[in-house]
Amino acid sequence: MMEEQLYREALLEIYRNPTNRREITKPDLEAKLVNPLCGDEVKLQIKLEKGTVKKAAFSGNGCAISQASASLLAESIQGKKLSDVNKLRGNDILELIGINPSPSRVGCALLSLEVLMEALKSGSKS
Amino acid sequence: MRETVTKAKTKLDIEKIQADFPILRRDIRRKKLIYFDNAATSQKPNQVIDAISDYYSRYNANVHRGVHKLSEEATEAFEAARKKVADFVNAGDSRQIVFTRNATEAINLVADSWGRKNIKKGDEILLTQMEHHSNLVPWQILAREVGARLKFVPINESGELRVHSSELGNLLTPRTKLVGVTHVSNVLGTINPVKQIIEKIYELSAKNSELKPKVLVDGAQAVPHMPVSIQNINPDFYVFTGHKMLGPTGIGVLYAKKELLEEMDPFLYGGDMILEVDWENSSWNYVPWKFEAGTPDISGAVGLGAAVDYLNSLGMKNVREHEKELTTYALEKLSSVKGLVVYGPKDPEERGGVISFNVVKNGQVAIHPHDLASILDTEGIAVRSGHHCAQPLMKVLGIPAAARVSFYIYNTKEEVDKLVPALEKAKKIFKL
Repeated sequence: MMEEQLYREALLEIYRNPTNRREITKPDLEAKLVNPLCGDEVKLQIKLEKGTVKKAAFSGNGCAISQASASLLAESIQGKKLSDVNKLRGNDILELIGINPSPSRVGCALLSLEVLMEALKSGSKS
Repeated sequence: MRETVTKAKTKLDIEKIQADFPILRRDIRRKKLIYFDNAATSQKPNQVIDAISDYYSRYNANVHRGVHKLSEEATEAFEAARKKVADFVNAGDSRQIVFTRNATEAINLVADSWGRKNIKKGDEILLTQMEHHSNLVPWQILAREVGARLKFVPINESGELRVHSSELGNLLTPRTKLVGVTHVSNVLGTINPVKQIIEKIYELSAKNSELKPKVLVDGAQAVPHMPVSIQNINPDFYVFTGHKMLGPTGIGVLYAKKELLEEMDPFLYGGDMILEVDWENSSWNYVPWKFEAGTPDISGAVGLGAAVDYLNSLGMKNVREHEKELTTYALEKLSSVKGLVVYGPKDPEERGGVISFNVVKNGQVAIHPHDLASILDTEGIAVRSGHHCAQPLMKVLGIPAAARVSFYIYNTKEEVDKLVPALEKAKKIFKL
């Protein structure tokens, strides 16, 4: 059934007890975005070491899908090369969180990816 | 004449009404659609759909231009719709009714055509904390442009405006050029005492001749749901939209006092709004056509006229009674759901058929309204979730967002009954 698909227990467990939900002092990369439709808010911070993500953390508030997705994304990029992180696309995130949301909820699931892309841009400026 | 005792029982034949709305026969995820998102937009009856189709299939032509038969018929239908709308809200002279795209455009029209001319540096615009973005953002832009200041009437803990005598008197100054207030809040459901507020302003003006603000009332959530008499309320401007009152999207209404319309500049320029055009100069058409540049939404006006006919056939008092009964019932049912917090006035007399709520635990929103709405959707129940185009109000309420059910003429108590187990299901999924 639909909701079991959207709200599978593993995802809700991450929402309730997310990993990587914290603030990093002096991050190398940082960005925050708000989904204007629903007010979901995700901030992503990254600490780098020789072109590799050493630490990634998120904060914010919003629906289960946006927050769990941010948690999983932060987890998945740790230890990865920036060049690989740059290649992440929407489908990778949906695969990561293991759901196929309806069109109106895709934005919630992909907000963290948008924030990640913004954060990467913030690095190219400095 | 014998007076019949009016009972609070609904006089609407809901089954008959439901049969007029083809969309209500749709199944959503194998469940019968329960449409509780009427504050966003209402569904449309066959009578409206057919009127639009009839216009396109029988007398489609441009208005105010041709001398041929079709153009005459189209013009007649377009202007008849204006008259129907004017009578529906008891606006008096129908030339005080300007057709716009929606309520938002009507407010933008006032801000642009009246505001730019009359609001100057150092002036004040008094709004309320419960305004929809549509009655906030246009004023922010104008204020920034001319150097005016925005002030806000606060709300109390029951979601009512604090407008009792001294409070309003303190907020109004000789610099206040405009007061903007929503008739019914799209979030809290609060029915604001707009007539009393305007009376109060006139009272204060009588004592202080320097005090003479114009008043704009946003009636987008009022006109579809209750009897509204503009002449009785006596605002300077009153706006509403067609699609929330059974009409099509793309047609809205601005009412303004005729002397104001006459002194205001046009909003858009081009065809139909002119009287005479020279290479260098032009003169403007009479009101309301001065404000309706270009080919208007003729089918939209015709559809709105049909919507007005439909609502008149039900009687707006009956519509209001039906929604009040449903709201009373829903508030009672929702109070049985543990952890559910309802925003806005507790008394159904003081609120329209709009109920915003959250599932809360330890003072925090425990299920984000989007998650709640997704789970209700799996039960075929359509509700709104989010900030409801009232982000500053969400901050006042101390919440990121809310879920909202809003009723209309085709909703029933049986549908409300299905809401409670659906909410319990959401709580179960979220282990609450």
